[in-house]
Amino acid sequence: MTQNNTVAKTRNNISVALVVNGTGQRFSVAPWTTLLDALRDQLDLTGTKKGCDHGQCGACTVLVDGRRVNSCLTLVVMKDGAEVTTIEGLAPSGGLHPLQQAFIDHDAFQCGYCTPGQICSAAGLIAEGKAKTDDEIRELMSGNLCRCAAYPNIVAAIRQAMSVMVEKP
Amino acid sequence: MINFHYSRASDVADAVQQIRADPAAKFIAGGTNLLDLMKEDVERPSLLIDITRLPLKTVGETAGGGVRIGALVPNSDFSYHPLIEQRYPVVSSAIRAGASQQLRNMASTGGNLLQRTRCAYFYDTVTPCNKRTPGSGCSAINGINRGHAILGTSEACIATHPSDMCVALLALEATVHVAGPKGERAIAIADFHRLPGDTPQRDTNLDRDEIIIAIELPAQGFAKNYTYLKIRDRLSYAFALVSVAVGLEMDGGTIRQARLALGGVAHKPWRDFAAEAALNGQVASPETFRRAADVLLRDAKGFAHNTFKIELARQAAMRALTQAANGTPQSQSNKKIA
Repeated sequence: MTQNNTVAKTRNNISVALVVNGTGQRFSVAPWTTLLDALRDQLDLTGTKKGCDHGQCGACTVLVDGRRVNSCLTLVVMKDGAEVTTIEGLAPSGGLHPLQQAFIDHDAFQCGYCTPGQICSAAGLIAEGKAKTDDEIRELMSGNLCRCAAYPNIVAAIRQAMSVMVEKP
Repeated sequence: MINFHYSRASDVADAVQQIRADPAAKFIAGGTNLLDLMKEDVERPSLLIDITRLPLKTVGETAGGGVRIGALVPNSDFSYHPLIEQRYPVVSSAIRAGASQQLRNMASTGGNLLQRTRCAYFYDTVTPCNKRTPGSGCSAINGINRGHAILGTSEACIATHPSDMCVALLALEATVHVAGPKGERAIAIADFHRLPGDTPQRDTNLDRDEIIIAIELPAQGFAKNYTYLKIRDRLSYAFALVSVAVGLEMDGGTIRQARLALGGVAHKPWRDFAAEAALNGQVASPETFRRAADVLLRDAKGFAHNTFKIELARQAAMRALTQAANGTPQSQSNKKIA
């Protein structure tokens, strides 16, 4: 993807190139557009949810260049050239990602609003490879709130997906 | 969020030149604090200068035996870097005690130093706040001040500094490297953050046309006897009521050199040489730790809702000193206090 290392001061829309879920996208955004709003409003990827819009709840979690971030506190113009993965793009070919299957198997949600953020965050957690125990999963998932309090099942689901993904790399 | 101009800095000199040209401009890196404050209408920059493409992303050893961390290294990378985990575990631990992994992936090292207070009145634009609007008054002094400072407060401000990382950096005597129109300079971490005095609008001694380029840790990392103990209202993802960073250099059961810093209690991370003097050369014992904690809190002053923090800080300091002396640092995942 092309990207500019310098941008002169502007208040106008800026052309940005992103690879979203494996597909190259070029679109034009105002400087104050968050990645969350661009995904939902411009790319119609409404799986990513707006919860608090202040980086406190984790519902907007997506992967940017493979790392989990809060898309509500990310300006699109700063991510020109990045690869973004949302809940819609986590599983490669229409099937379910091991985390999606595990969340179903363990009933790891009630209302489901936090679930896309939980799953993207868990995908980031597994890629980081720092969580081995349930305590470590809980601590490293603390940026994702679930007001239905499905936490025990979320931890169980992540543990299952982690073992599946380690067995079948 | 307000509308603003955007630019991307091409190098450090360009960044400095751009911020000099616009008195209402701000740098943006991770954006985790700044964008939140902009959504709350507390910060209203005219221009955001994106510095994320500057070459300030490396961690490397210095000629003097220390380690230099680029200002744009994300907090998570800083914490998990092998050099930091092995030689400065108190810094790794403190960083992991703060925020969430998503935020740590985004937040930069330089930005962590520049975090603003989470005082609710600072965020609430309809109430007076001397930090947000100088001269308007402090709503916290006679308001809900359960989370506020007990040391170094002034009539103008009783806010606390929110960073965990900075508490560990203070205990280790880190140096902040900055660049400005007159070139580069180094600021000791102890001189970087300010007490509120009558200018609480200034959090730090960084000039507004300067940019942080790196943090440097000295050779002594206290890797054997250390801890970062954070006490908060929930077990994760909350700001400290009180936190303690400790590094001890032990000679058998005797403390050869002690470092002790508190977070969550003042407008800046708090270190007191007199409290460390009460530890240096002494046998590591509950009596020694109590004496040092008493010295550390001797000038503490509570307000209507936060007097409990004085005893909490005293107990946390004693517990942290015990953890460090025993070589049993606080885990940041198993929350049982060691």
